[in-house]
Amino acid sequence: MTESAVTADLEMVCQKYEPVIGLETHVELSTNSKMFCGCPAHFGGEANSHVCPVCLGLPGSLPVANRAAIEATIRIGLAMNCQIASRARFARKNYFYPDMPKDFQISQYDEPLCTGGYLDIWVGEGANRDRFRVGITRVHLEEDTGKLTHGGETGRIHGASYSLVDYNRAGVPLVEIVTDPIVGAGERAPEVARGYVAEVRELMRALDVSDVRMEEGSLRCDVNVSLAPRGSSVWGQRTETKNVNSLRSVARAVRAEMTRQAAVLDSGGVIVQETRHFHEDTGETTGGRIKEEAEDYRYFPEPDLAVVAPDPAWVNELKANLPELPSAKLERLGAEWGFEYEQMREIANAEAVELVRETIELGVAPTDSRKWWMGELARRANESETDLLALGVSAKDVATVATAINNGELSDALGRQVFEGVIAGEGSADQVIKSRGLALVSDSGALQRVVDEAIAANADVAEKVKQGKVSAVGVIVGAVMKATQGKADAAAVRKLVMNSLGVSD
Amino acid sequence: MSQVNSEQFDLAHLAKLARIDFSQEELDTLRPQLLAILEYVARIGEVATPDVEPMSHVFKLENVVRSDEVTPGLSIEDALSGAPEQRAGRFAVPRILGEEA
Amino acid sequence: MSNQQLLTASAAEIADLVTTGKVTAEEVVTAHLAHIDQVDGAVRAFLDVDAEGALRAARIVDSKRESGEKLGSLAGVPVALKDVVAQKGRPTTCGSRILENWHPPYDATVVTKLQDADAVIVGKTNMDEFAMGSSTENSAFGPTHNPWDLTRVPGGSSGGSAAAVASNEATVAIGSDTGGSVRQPAALTGIVGVKPTYGTVSRYGLVAFASSLDQIGPFARNVKDAALLHSVIAGHDPRDGTSAPDSKKDLIAAANNSDLRSVRFGVVREMRGEGFAPAVLDEFDRVQELLKSLGADVQDISLPHASYGTPAYYLIAPSEASSNLARFDAMRYGLRVSPNPDATVEEVMSATREAGFGSEVKRRIVIGTFALSTGYYDAFYAQAQKVRTLIARDYHDAFSAVDVIISPTSPTTAFKLGERVNDPLAMYAADLATLPVSLAGLPAMSLPIGLSQEDGLPIGMQLVAPAFKDELLYSAAAPVEAALEKQWGGPLITKRPPILSGSR
Repeated sequence: MTESAVTADLEMVCQKYEPVIGLETHVELSTNSKMFCGCPAHFGGEANSHVCPVCLGLPGSLPVANRAAIEATIRIGLAMNCQIASRARFARKNYFYPDMPKDFQISQYDEPLCTGGYLDIWVGEGANRDRFRVGITRVHLEEDTGKLTHGGETGRIHGASYSLVDYNRAGVPLVEIVTDPIVGAGERAPEVARGYVAEVRELMRALDVSDVRMEEGSLRCDVNVSLAPRGSSVWGQRTETKNVNSLRSVARAVRAEMTRQAAVLDSGGVIVQETRHFHEDTGETTGGRIKEEAEDYRYFPEPDLAVVAPDPAWVNELKANLPELPSAKLERLGAEWGFEYEQMREIANAEAVELVRETIELGVAPTDSRKWWMGELARRANESETDLLALGVSAKDVATVATAINNGELSDALGRQVFEGVIAGEGSADQVIKSRGLALVSDSGALQRVVDEAIAANADVAEKVKQGKVSAVGVIVGAVMKATQGKADAAAVRKLVMNSLGVSD
Repeated sequence: MSQVNSEQFDLAHLAKLARIDFSQEELDTLRPQLLAILEYVARIGEVATPDVEPMSHVFKLENVVRSDEVTPGLSIEDALSGAPEQRAGRFAVPRILGEEA
Repeated sequence: MSNQQLLTASAAEIADLVTTGKVTAEEVVTAHLAHIDQVDGAVRAFLDVDAEGALRAARIVDSKRESGEKLGSLAGVPVALKDVVAQKGRPTTCGSRILENWHPPYDATVVTKLQDADAVIVGKTNMDEFAMGSSTENSAFGPTHNPWDLTRVPGGSSGGSAAAVASNEATVAIGSDTGGSVRQPAALTGIVGVKPTYGTVSRYGLVAFASSLDQIGPFARNVKDAALLHSVIAGHDPRDGTSAPDSKKDLIAAANNSDLRSVRFGVVREMRGEGFAPAVLDEFDRVQELLKSLGADVQDISLPHASYGTPAYYLIAPSEASSNLARFDAMRYGLRVSPNPDATVEEVMSATREAGFGSEVKRRIVIGTFALSTGYYDAFYAQAQKVRTLIARDYHDAFSAVDVIISPTSPTTAFKLGERVNDPLAMYAADLATLPVSLAGLPAMSLPIGLSQEDGLPIGMQLVAPAFKDELLYSAAAPVEAALEKQWGGPLITKRPPILSGSR
């Protein structure tokens, strides 16, 4: 489906319906140990090598809460403008599944750590840029489950004849963030959803509480969508969509559900309350097994864990020591550097804010910094499928090149060659310039001689140019560039050639 | 209301929630026993409790936490020692009906 | 010392003999293992006897002593452990088929404490399945028989541990008490059993039945031994999030008390009416006179909500149990039953739990599932927790007037095997004196006070102290025990008839 067809679709959908969306994100905390025991919380290691009686749920084991996880949750809540509970409780959520060591999950129910906050995000570009406030219903703390792999041909659960469980992940602390129903986004609902998740990701990074890599599962997102007929005061039946594994998928999943539900409603059908599965390859959602009855989790307060009563003085201290929030930071830097918020957002998405800042601090103009990092270097990173930080190019390297260009020692083309060398591991920018002998030919006398030789060697082309076929000058320019091994500034060469031929543009 | 309506008492549903595959015989014996027990325990509804807090912890315990340190756990062998079935260092479990269609 | 003397010696005596080298731990343990061999075929207190491990441990104690190392306070003392406590590498079945072959890969904190005190664990004892029951008839492996009369129950759920001590198979034993499961079997077998204040003994390694009620407790043939064992197992454990701070109380010193003057006893008005056998009440009344004669003050007190203790308990405990027992799902340990080769995980879970759990456990899981379910939670579980608060308040109020609260431990003496098995509610009635105490988390002891005039079987009196004042149990019980033993000419247990004809 083409982009414009999709947009048209959404326009039509929103003419008839008001979408209401909700997002549930799970953030895996990067604590040293698990939520209720001292096993390592990080990835890696052989299957079932990071387990103990507690996270394996062995009979007789007991949980003891990780202080750092509680602290991280409170900081997340504070950063999202939440109320922090004076008394919070853990609760058991009871259900059976092979990845659940106790067949109940220790989570929070009616007394979570944080409630009633908001997160501001920006949608749209330029003049159409709007601030959108997403309400946060709650932020609570719970434990993660083990990991299932499925035996069978496809490795998918469907058709597998057995499954295998690794409990290394069981018990890792998870923070669940639930938004209020998001109303009024209209056609922008997919963008709002994506923007929200992106902002949550930035926030977690700023707080340094999680790696938040969607592809690794340390940031997970479930998307809720419903459509209400325009003008109705009654909300539609919502569906929940899982398996949304990237920011892009968040937007696509919202879009897919909006169009699907609209089609169902248009044809007089009814939306079934269900959990749907998002498919990366098709961009569509499919329905799950229809369960005969909704699961009854039989929540009750966890008797093995004490009430959590955060000391108000401690909470105030945590609040006072919160880092600058990501969007505020981008606004501030944008103003300093003279960039639009959208441009800052782009830089942030490429994880280049610090690199750009370092480069600017070394004396490079913001526009040049941005040009190199978001242009040539971003392109190279994309090509080799890495990110900017892994390229091996430093802010100093960029500063060296930018300065040299400003001084007329290098051209842009030569600058790109420098970076090629740095990335190939030949050394720093300075070293590459020296070892490859990269320098603009600045001796105008020498250059004139080469130009004269090239004109002489291409006399017929020179004649054509004199007679008005200006575009043919490129051949002579090319010859000069070849003769100088690219170490001349192409624009300057062209000027020289034109002058020598006595032709003007 | 603490009284349990015999008609509304859905034993099959409870058995499913509890993952116990009762035989029909067992269900027939169990049902009257459970209703009798529930009728008996329902008398707690007689007690007026307008301003009483439910007691989920016997004594006031708050903020019992541990520091975020890694401590030794079980060896893989010990972890798997009770497993009814294992494969390649993982617990092998029977086929799970998929969530997605 | 003859074997007979070793079998009837107290824990304090044995520890002293072993520490001073008058007897070796190996001799002590050997004598007890031989006695177990002789009588346990009839008593069936044990599910597993670890003769090899016990002798090994005994020899280590002996070599420690020989090399001049300081020995623990239970040096060489044979201890029986209720099979609900995890002991690394040893069978831990909880009296259930679903854990029939489970060998935990870790030790409960209480096991470590016992080993650190140089006690010798001789084996794991029988119990009602997952601690649910009052007779040990709910064990998947057959019932235990009361050493006083083999046709009768020893009480439950810690019937095996009580019987092991009452039959001299072990000097002391460890049980667990959720609603009376240490106190009631102690009463029915004529020994001392204690439920410590909730939180004062670590639950790490105790397979959970009802998390907010479970406590590990000691069995012994006299008050001082109970104090000794209680001191060893109590203490703060960072692995248990409900563990109370360390207590500085000296229980052993309390157990040496001889003075009851001006101690105020409160007799629970509500625990002497309907359901209490006249012969039980007779002995209880007799003791009250004894207390007065010893200079104590005895008055009536009321626990207005006590009668709601039973229904509240039979909502709260099954609710927590339904959640605690969910983990037995055939995935990681324990029994796995596959109804057919192509079975789904749901089918395997359901078939396993059907086959692996006994009927009382299944009953309680269903009750608990119901009480927590949507639409019923407020009226049942939440309401029961509110009633619990009221019961705790009743005790609190009563303790403003008295120091120790007393009642018969059990409404009757030991009933016959098979008598109540088909009537769950009749079985639940056995706990009416012990349940409210558990709901309030208070410390309580059952002290043997005499034999029934009617059937000659043991009767116990329950003493209850305020929270964290466990020492009051010992300081109140010790003088009573001393006075009674004077009347009897020795401990009550010596009146037990021989277990097998021709033996003792």
